Amino acid sequence: MSGEPLVRWDWVGAHIGPILDRLGQHLYLAVIAVSIGFAISFGLAAVAIRRRRLYPLVTLIATAVYTIPSYALFATLVVFSGLSIVTAEVPLVLYTFILLVPNIVAGFDSVPQDVLDAADGMGYTAGQRWWRVELPLAVPLVVAGLRLAAVSTIGLVTVSAILGDRFGGLGYYILEGYHRTFPTEILVGGLLSIALAVAADLGFVLLQRLLTPWAAARLAPGVAVR
Amino acid sequence: MTVDASGHAGAAGKAGGASLEFRGVTKRYDSGVGAPGAVNDLSFQVPAGTICVLVGPSGCGKTTSLKMVNRLIEPSAGEILLDGVNVQSQPVTALRRRIGYVIQQVGLFPHLTIGRNVAVVPGLEGWSSQRQRARTQELLGLVGLDPRRYENRYPNQLSGGERQRVGVARALAADPPLMLMDEPFAAVDPIVRERLQDEFLRLQRELAKTILFVTHDIDEAIKMGDLIAVMQEGGRLAQFGPPDEILAHPSSEFVARFVGEDRGLKRLSLRTVADLRVEKMGRPVGLPRFTPGTKLRDALAILLVADTRGGIALDEGGRPRGLVTVDAIASSLTDDPPARVGA
Repeated sequence: MSGEPLVRWDWVGAHIGPILDRLGQHLYLAVIAVSIGFAISFGLAAVAIRRRRLYPLVTLIATAVYTIPSYALFATLVVFSGLSIVTAEVPLVLYTFILLVPNIVAGFDSVPQDVLDAADGMGYTAGQRWWRVELPLAVPLVVAGLRLAAVSTIGLVTVSAILGDRFGGLGYYILEGYHRTFPTEILVGGLLSIALAVAADLGFVLLQRLLTPWAAARLAPGVAVR
Repeated sequence: MTVDASGHAGAAGKAGGASLEFRGVTKRYDSGVGAPGAVNDLSFQVPAGTICVLVGPSGCGKTTSLKMVNRLIEPSAGEILLDGVNVQSQPVTALRRRIGYVIQQVGLFPHLTIGRNVAVVPGLEGWSSQRQRARTQELLGLVGLDPRRYENRYPNQLSGGERQRVGVARALAADPPLMLMDEPFAAVDPIVRERLQDEFLRLQRELAKTILFVTHDIDEAIKMGDLIAVMQEGGRLAQFGPPDEILAHPSSEFVARFVGEDRGLKRLSLRTVADLRVEKMGRPVGLPRFTPGTKLRDALAILLVADTRGGIALDEGGRPRGLVTVDAIASSLTDDPPARVGA
């Protein structure tokens, strides 16, 4: 077979350093977006839980934001905040709301009423009940939301490469490979981005196992039931 | 039971109970007079150390009444006195920590082990972890669960009956003088329920807590109650008194219907062969024999099935004491009410 191989391993070998730098930048941009997105989503969810009537409005806004094409959003924000990290992060943060808010609300909704009644009846203060009962029991669904947000954000970070080579993480290689018609770069950028998303997802699964040992506990075979 | 050998078992509840009084307690809801759950001018007294059962059809306000004691619901009028002190004058969390609370769905915390579930109120009260652990083990033993086997399990690894036992242990943890129990045994099957009821009565004989117990089941009320408050729609108290009195002399058409046409039979379940005046007998052969603890209702059922004119009442030592006849059982209902079964 003649011509270029699909992956030019010599190119990969010569660029290990920059590739790892891009991987780090990718992770950095994603962590910031998910962290800020989570903090804001938690606030929005708290409002929606306390004032149920506002929940449809919150969902509507989050959904509306999600319908904006990411390219358009990045391009528009350049007008306001230039080619800065703010321009890179704002869309990433906004897109997490639709994934995080409903999951956080559902997490707190999933706390059984009888458990709340028991907590009140035993003399928990409102704060104690929230920290020691509601929050721990909401964890599984909250983490489920974080998994979605992490995977989605890691994918979207690549789009921020259109803001120039200071952004985009691994997306830089996808864009450059496209312009140079060089498949190796596209594959390196794409596959590593996927790998990062999978790793983040597994990380959250592990985190949830650690936080909720009770959810994994089931009857072991052979345990007598009365 | 696996209570440690240092003689801790009896220390569980020597504090005993507190007296409880409802004084003109009323709860109105916006939906108007007679709204489900409303309570209308409820007054009664529960002496320390007794079980008072609130019983009535659904919507009669019995759960509302219970929840006004630990202030999960605040009354519209009237007052509830715990050891003579109005519960509304006390800080709400402190009040609740002094009152055991058991509910039908148990409400165990799914994310805490059984041991930590039981230790919840001691934990809120700031007991040392050593003291919490000792107390947890003692209580699990008390409700018939081996601490070594159960302490580190999670609620979803237990059966319904086991969870209910944990619920009782948790309510007893800080040794409260008053226990509120809202249909505590309604969610388990009849066989387990019967066993839990029996065990709880046995426990209560040691602990002598004051207990306010809600049920819709008149049979459970008769079995568990030293006193019964029959409530009717609109949250009114229809009758208040010991079970035998309510069965013998229902104060209204409503109470008579609620306790059932078989109230005579129900009264027999409050009496045992030991309560019965027996007849002298000759040399009976092949007759059924009854231990002193046999309920008269069961003795009657056996006599009817066996188709004999009588059976033999045994004394504590298993020696024949005399003859039990259907007539004697029937006439026992005209006697004064006996001391409570097992009391």
